Amino acid sequence: MKRTYIEAVRLAFDHALESDPSVMLFGLGVGDVGAVFGTTSGLQAKYGESRVFDIPLSENAVTGMALGLAIQGFRPIMVHQRSDFSFISAEQIINQISKTKYMSNDLYQVPLVIRMIVGRGWGQGPTHAQAPHAIYSHVPGLRVVAPSSPSDGYQLMRAAISSNEPVIFLEHRWLHQTTEEFAVKFDNSSIEQSKIVMSGNDVSLISLSYGVLECLKIAAVFAEFGVSCEVINLRTVKPLDENTILTSVTKSKRGVVWDIGHLLYGVSGEISSNLNENLFGQLLKPILRFGLPDEPTPSSPFLASKHYVEVDQALLKINTHFSLGISPDKLLNRRREIYPFKTVLMDQPDMGQVGPF
Amino acid sequence: MKDLLKIYDIIGISPQSNSDLQKYVQMSFIREVELLISKRYQEQIFRCPVHLSVGQEAVAVGVSWNLNDEDKAVSTHRSHAHYLAKGGSLFKMFAELMGSAEGCCGGRGGSMHIFDNSVGFISSIPIVGSSIPISAGAAMAEKVSNSGNIVVAYIGDASLETGAFFETLNISSLKQLPLVIVIEDNGYSTYANKSVRVPENRAVKSIVEGFGIPFLSGNGDAIDEVINLSRTAIEIARSNQTVVLEFSTFRLLEHCGPNNDDSLGYRSQEEIESYKERDPIMYLIKKFDESEITFFNKAISDYVESEYVKAREVREIEFINFQKGFSL
Repeated sequence: MKRTYIEAVRLAFDHALESDPSVMLFGLGVGDVGAVFGTTSGLQAKYGESRVFDIPLSENAVTGMALGLAIQGFRPIMVHQRSDFSFISAEQIINQISKTKYMSNDLYQVPLVIRMIVGRGWGQGPTHAQAPHAIYSHVPGLRVVAPSSPSDGYQLMRAAISSNEPVIFLEHRWLHQTTEEFAVKFDNSSIEQSKIVMSGNDVSLISLSYGVLECLKIAAVFAEFGVSCEVINLRTVKPLDENTILTSVTKSKRGVVWDIGHLLYGVSGEISSNLNENLFGQLLKPILRFGLPDEPTPSSPFLASKHYVEVDQALLKINTHFSLGISPDKLLNRRREIYPFKTVLMDQPDMGQVGPF
Repeated sequence: MKDLLKIYDIIGISPQSNSDLQKYVQMSFIREVELLISKRYQEQIFRCPVHLSVGQEAVAVGVSWNLNDEDKAVSTHRSHAHYLAKGGSLFKMFAELMGSAEGCCGGRGGSMHIFDNSVGFISSIPIVGSSIPISAGAAMAEKVSNSGNIVVAYIGDASLETGAFFETLNISSLKQLPLVIVIEDNGYSTYANKSVRVPENRAVKSIVEGFGIPFLSGNGDAIDEVINLSRTAIEIARSNQTVVLEFSTFRLLEHCGPNNDDSLGYRSQEEIESYKERDPIMYLIKKFDESEITFFNKAISDYVESEYVKAREVREIEFINFQKGFSL
């Protein structure tokens, strides 16, 4: 049975709440009719208002409360409908939550999840489309995960809830309507493992979250021209699964990193640096990186379509950078045959979701 | 005010008259704009999330009634009424919502970030609560430059749950800032009723007065009450004192989007029916003949439509150029 990402995350909450009475779920919209895009539907009715509840518009205070609960025996999950609102919680996350275990000389565990949704498209604009995984990864003491599929959503959410360290759970809005058939059974080993979602030998495409879906498109187009790509779904941004990445790029000698965040001071730079440090002299070409430019995300679709990296652009750059020698026209034509554009404004996801939303 | 002056001219009223007709025209103008966005949204030309102000027109119009052009205003995600009442350009707002370079923020901000210093509209900020201290900073700027101008911060009732609200009350009172915080209490934070967000007997008046700040409250559906209360509040603020002004109001359409969301069942049918009786425009409509109303409404809707057509034409040219740059 195929399940949507929304259903997968809802099931992860449901199963965690059912199996462990110390799990609590709260945030703006968690208990209302919108149910955070349907991901918390029915959970308040099933587990009661003391465990699943809506909060006042007091994100900073409630994040501090989550820490208080976590160090007193509970496993709270706090939800932000947009990651941009997590910056109101940032003092508690960065100064308190991340450091409590260390400062207390390991007296306290901090089993706490902060789930935040990254918006994109339909004019979300400067303060509703930020992907702050690099910001939070920079802070010692936080784990950061970013699913790219329904099964990831289920497994990583379960793993985050059962972790004894604080986890930032970064979720892209454009994953919500994606579907996948998978066994809904918690695999406890999964949190620190990246996954090879497509095997190949020639080029390693390393990505996370929604970027993995874009890399799969790139791989499918190149496959038509005899270039075999390996697509790595990071799943966990921090700690980084260096082995999986290194093994792949050692084999391909060509590495591409596609991030959903900004290029400067970000995850793509970290991975590129890591590959350089480990494979210096073995790479055929420097690591190629894709990410957002050093400007806020504009609302206008005309501006936003230039802000985000498009698959076309990436195909051409990869082709040139690694001297793959494929005709650019053929490459782009093939892309359009396999993945036709829904709209030239590119402000809606390919899979199922249509605006206005 | 250019849009309104043109409408006044068409209808044949003097801008100096301060009449009921002006109040009616200003509120109906905003209503017509919001209803056009609602109606046209499915065309997918307005291409960003919108939080419409239908039902909340009297607060914006009544407060702006007492503001000078040089006074400043700051708003939230639900900013259209505040911007237009402050004299913002309808064309620039439509263009902004369409993502056009001719929008008031060049398309960068969209509906949730309307900035237009040319009419004293400092900004609108959708991160709830964050606009309040920015407003206080702007008020401090007016005070230290002895401009005599004041700043109005429009906020929703959920802003009162943020730390920024309390922190700003404290420092604004301490520094005696010329700031009027206008709370538009529509009872909902997205779909969440106040009952799940604040204790039943929370006394906003006591909280505000506890900081040494005058508190006034009234019926935000009644334009004359809004005008009278805000006149008092703005006079106090001009003598370098922060004031909090709270109005009960209602949001007729959905939290975000062009439709109504009543099928979700988070508001009772009885409550929704009561909104129709509370309609701030209906409150004034009784003062005019039916034929007059028909004439006014046509003038307003023709004007709003013509600005929409202008903005759409500009956007269409940009779209064509965009497609050219996008070699399919």
